[in-house]
Amino acid sequence: MTTERAYHQARWNEPIILDMGGEGERGILLPEVEKEMLEDITSIKSQIPKALRRVTPPDLPQISQVEVYRHYLRLSQENLGAGFVADVGMATSTMKYNPPINERLASNPKFTDLHPLQDVSTVQGMLEIAYTLGEFLKEISGMDDISLQPRAGSQAIYANMAMIRAYHDKNGQGTQRDEVITTIFSHPSDAAAPSAAGYKIITLYPEKNGYPSIESLRSVVSERTAAFFTTNPDDTGIFNPLIKEFNDIVHAVGGLCAYDQANANGLLGIARAREAGFDLCHFNLHKTFSTPHASGGPATGVSCVTEELAAFLPSPHISFDGDRYYIDEDRPESIGKIGQFYGVAANFIRAYAWIMAHGAEGLKEVSEIAVLNNNYLMKKVLEIDGITIPYEPGKPRLDQIRYSWHELLKDTHLDIVDIANRSADYGMHFFYSHHPYVVPDPATLEPTESYSYRDLAKYADDWRKIATEVKNDPEKILTSPHMAPIHKMSDLTPLSDPEKWIPSWRVFKKKKRSVHSD
Amino acid sequence: MNGLIQKVKIGLIVNPLAGIGGRVGLKGSDGDLTQKLAIAKGAVPHSMVRTREALEMLLPYKEQVEIITYPGEMGENIAKELGFEVSVLIRSALGEFSAEDTKKAAVVMCSLQLPIILFAGGDGTARDIYDAVGDNCPVLGIPAGVKIHSAVYAINPAAAGSIAQMIVTKQGLIYFESEVMDLDEEAYRGGKVNTRLYGYLQVPRVDRLVQNTKSPSSKNEFNVVQEIAYEITQSMDHDTLYLVGPGTTTRAIATTLGLSKTLLGVDAIRDLKLLDVDLDEKGLLSLLGKYPSRRIIVTPIGGQGYLFGRGNQQISNEVIRMVGKENVIVIATEHKLFSLQGEPLLVDTGDAVLDAQFTGSIKVITGIGKRMVYPVR
Amino acid sequence: MIKMNKKVVYPYIPNSTNAARSTLIKSLEITSAEDVFSAIPSHLRLDRPLNLPGPILSEYHLEKHVNEILDNNQTANDLVSFLGSGCYQHFIPVVCDEISHRNEFLTAYSGKSYEDHGRYQALFEYQSMMAELLNMDVVNLPTYDGLQASASAMRMAANITGRKQILVGSAIHPEKSSKFVEYNGKSLDIVYLPFDDQSGELDMTALRASLSKETAAIYLESPNFFGVIETKLKEISALAHRFEAIVIVNTDPISLGVLVPPADLGADITCGDIQSLGIHMQFGGGQAGFMATRNDPKYVLEFPNRIYGLVPTVTPGESGFGEVAFDRTSFVGRENGKEWVGTMANLWAITAGVYLSLMGPQGMRDVGELIESNVRYAILRLSKVPGIKIQFGESNHFREIVLDFSKAKKTVEQINRELLKKNIMGGYDISGKFEGFDNHAVYCFTEVQNKETIDALEKALREVLA
Repeated sequence: MTTERAYHQARWNEPIILDMGGEGERGILLPEVEKEMLEDITSIKSQIPKALRRVTPPDLPQISQVEVYRHYLRLSQENLGAGFVADVGMATSTMKYNPPINERLASNPKFTDLHPLQDVSTVQGMLEIAYTLGEFLKEISGMDDISLQPRAGSQAIYANMAMIRAYHDKNGQGTQRDEVITTIFSHPSDAAAPSAAGYKIITLYPEKNGYPSIESLRSVVSERTAAFFTTNPDDTGIFNPLIKEFNDIVHAVGGLCAYDQANANGLLGIARAREAGFDLCHFNLHKTFSTPHASGGPATGVSCVTEELAAFLPSPHISFDGDRYYIDEDRPESIGKIGQFYGVAANFIRAYAWIMAHGAEGLKEVSEIAVLNNNYLMKKVLEIDGITIPYEPGKPRLDQIRYSWHELLKDTHLDIVDIANRSADYGMHFFYSHHPYVVPDPATLEPTESYSYRDLAKYADDWRKIATEVKNDPEKILTSPHMAPIHKMSDLTPLSDPEKWIPSWRVFKKKKRSVHSD
Repeated sequence: MNGLIQKVKIGLIVNPLAGIGGRVGLKGSDGDLTQKLAIAKGAVPHSMVRTREALEMLLPYKEQVEIITYPGEMGENIAKELGFEVSVLIRSALGEFSAEDTKKAAVVMCSLQLPIILFAGGDGTARDIYDAVGDNCPVLGIPAGVKIHSAVYAINPAAAGSIAQMIVTKQGLIYFESEVMDLDEEAYRGGKVNTRLYGYLQVPRVDRLVQNTKSPSSKNEFNVVQEIAYEITQSMDHDTLYLVGPGTTTRAIATTLGLSKTLLGVDAIRDLKLLDVDLDEKGLLSLLGKYPSRRIIVTPIGGQGYLFGRGNQQISNEVIRMVGKENVIVIATEHKLFSLQGEPLLVDTGDAVLDAQFTGSIKVITGIGKRMVYPVR
Repeated sequence: MIKMNKKVVYPYIPNSTNAARSTLIKSLEITSAEDVFSAIPSHLRLDRPLNLPGPILSEYHLEKHVNEILDNNQTANDLVSFLGSGCYQHFIPVVCDEISHRNEFLTAYSGKSYEDHGRYQALFEYQSMMAELLNMDVVNLPTYDGLQASASAMRMAANITGRKQILVGSAIHPEKSSKFVEYNGKSLDIVYLPFDDQSGELDMTALRASLSKETAAIYLESPNFFGVIETKLKEISALAHRFEAIVIVNTDPISLGVLVPPADLGADITCGDIQSLGIHMQFGGGQAGFMATRNDPKYVLEFPNRIYGLVPTVTPGESGFGEVAFDRTSFVGRENGKEWVGTMANLWAITAGVYLSLMGPQGMRDVGELIESNVRYAILRLSKVPGIKIQFGESNHFREIVLDFSKAKKTVEQINRELLKKNIMGGYDISGKFEGFDNHAVYCFTEVQNKETIDALEKALREVLA
């Protein structure tokens, strides 16, 4: 029996929790202060002076555990986790399978109850995993040393930029080198992080083949070049085959080359940062290495560097002396701390386990299937009238592709945001691209290795259905979503108007009160 | 809430002759001869049909709208037919409708400070509106022409209607000066597209609904333009002559310095002061003669991204040669560059050798500490 | 029988069977998987397999393998821990674990506010509950950690005032000073103000001498790194405001059931870490930062990351959520740099929201009082141990105290080693981190401690110091 899936998300119309419950209700009880202790401590003065003791209790919910649990379970039902769908649509984020075994491992109390400042002798197990994971990533990238401290890809890019600065400072060229070169399709953080670090950004625009020309790079490198930051392949799935030549040109003027490996899922065991001549690279464990995205973090970005830059890595450094693992704080040339403690350690365990589950052969299979899947999906998607890809269609791409719905949409008054809203009705996530759009009406797809050809065919079929609706029922698209927990928010001005915005429940209540008092 | 509901007044000017040539195979319809030929061929005024499409979008809000318009075919007929409350302005002229009527209507509606004036037509109509009111009032075009080069039109009539809806429902819109283009019609019929910047109208920018703006920008475009202007003014050298070309991005440079600049002309700035405005080629050459240290600042004009040749012809090839390619500074927002959809920036100085010098790529200033290397042809 | 070369089929890779691979390859009309990598020139190709151990294909053995390694850890649950200093052991309600492990939340990312409505609402609720706790209208989504939140708050203040100088109270985690300098150092002028030797609070004379019209902000923590509660916040705020400087106070929200929130004492920006709110320590991986201000566009437009806001939908009575001021840019003060938005720590915000709903106002008061009593009891018992002095003994403490071991015959390092043999993790050794504070340690007493554990600590210390 096969029935066409009629998808509908849960719609609970859950109130805001601060508006729930009743006076005196409790969600959890704590122990009382022991009587003996109470008697004893009367000789010690109170630790909170009267003027600083809170008198007005915070207006937090007073609600039973039953209702709290139910409320959040319902909210979770109103959330489309990647585990529920072939999450091909949330591209560039590599939404691959997050194996539950890794969750069980990361929930082991032998890990969750570890304090970061414990004596090193008590955390040898944790350090072994962190260190060994580092060894794996060195081999996968070809780099000489790493840091697991950054708490996201962007932070790793920032760390890389800081190390590049330290390198140039050490050579007395810190002030002279104030420019960073990147490309249009590299990830926005490749420009934003160096910009936050105070560098001027020069962005190269691609040629018709999808990557910038050597000439355009040559026209901007100089003794002011601090670094070249690039994602390769980028979100169009196009690989710049001249990447080594690019890096050579930058090296020739004394700059360093940093590789954003957010798109590494198609390259494991295939091509490495080392052979392409990079001095630094970074990985996102929550992309390539299966750690979960957690609704937007916590995550881990791993900075990897050549030996020349290893001294600058964030401090402390997780090290091994052949016998014991230890935390090395004696790093005089380090750029300092990037984040608190050592990073998001749960991800070290997950990524370690994921790599161990695959081994070298398995990692290569991951990339082969990810790329085969992407090209398979591309073939199906391009059969849909009106969907195109920019830059030399017909050539194979790597792990993801940016499509354009422009041909389909240009004569309508729909745009890609409307398509994204309609895709919610099909149980899909939909990622256009980062701002600003270079490809008109963009939509990016990244199948990864986690989905079967059946999933992919179905996905393409769902796109076809929406494409047909563009012609036959544009109103339905314009007024979507219809199957999501909420309906369309057509007027977004409450978000950008200081008079109208509501960033918390108490602001909402204040506004309501003031309206009624008019 | 008691009392009369204040109706939202929407201005409407229909150019009954617009789009007429295109439909019967004549390119464009400016000029009496072309229009008469078209009517002779049995062409139906296309602008009426398109206007209807746009106004139909407002029907759900009929009770809240009052249409202010001109008599007969210039808007009254269609608005009344659809059942809107209509106020008809008095037309003192006699005889057939002409561009003068468009301009008079615009002037009156502008003085009434309407939240929007919709006009149906093509580039010609846009030019008429500009001649009448400049960028003093918010306007929006309902496209009825063949191919429209001006950035003041909605992408289609329904889109114009959607924007009108937003105005009726009081959603905050952002307004930008948008380009009105002049198309050399004779050259066009001969197969060449030669546009020239004619002026600017103040148009609501709803990115996906207005022409040439289909890719939304993440930052408020206005702020980006300010940033570019700031970047330029911070790095201006002493004793250096800056010839600043037409455009809203270039004008921001003057505004940042507290100077007032013409949108359409080439102005000269030196040591943070305005030396002269709206210079022609002779004026520019003579200034260059006086100041050995000089730069040209330009921004791409028109939908096709011309750096030179389509609205700043005063910056002739002689001027450019005197200043030198290395002293040409190009500024543009990333949004503007992306709207070219990968097509290169263009130069048409009239001197092929000079044009060739620019071919390749050029560094465009796109923000504070931000440059983009973009192809040029 | 000839053993066929069996291809490994991976449970996480549905298309890893020969049949599925064939389907893909045939449909692409290529000869092998190699063909899809044709864009990569051979000189960039890795010419050998990666040198990695494993694989451990059996899930059973994979789990066993990893757990065996993790068994080489001794946790704050196995032993008794008095460590704090930025990461804290508090009671974690089971419902917090349940919700933070829900696949829907765990595997979601940045879907839109339609299909991911649940996440948006949970995060808006977090913002709202924190707003009540902090008594400030606007709270952001979490930044990477408290360290980041503090550094960002300083940048905010600089951008808002257009000034570069930040006065920073020195009673902070030594880790932090490295981060502040790293992150802000290039564009800001950070001046450290000493703390009073006796009280551990901010040195008011130094403050008065340093405040000027050049000051963008004064940053201090309460409770600070020594556990000391700053009692003069009102006065400090008044002083700073006279110069139109911004007051940034870093605090731990778990204290705000019993302590007056800094906003009530003049703070313009409150920041800190939410790890104490229902999040396991996880070797320091449970950190998440917060920043809060009043509802003033001048501040809101300077937040470095997202804030969710309520938006009505087309259905009357129904609301959704979006990003407040998503177009925000600040033009003034561009030199101070702009930050970036990306993945940060949202799951912990959801978890903290669950925690605050379960605890409610009474629970937050209860936990605060338990902590307060434990600290008093600890002071009572430990001040009686020969060789130990309670540093800043006359001050007010929340959750942590500094023990002065300088009169003991052993170093803190030795003491901690010996305590470990007695299954106790002693306080954080701050020798060498603050001038004049050699052989001091920061001891933390959360609500997980009680009379029994504190008595045991006292006994152990007596033995070790004998």
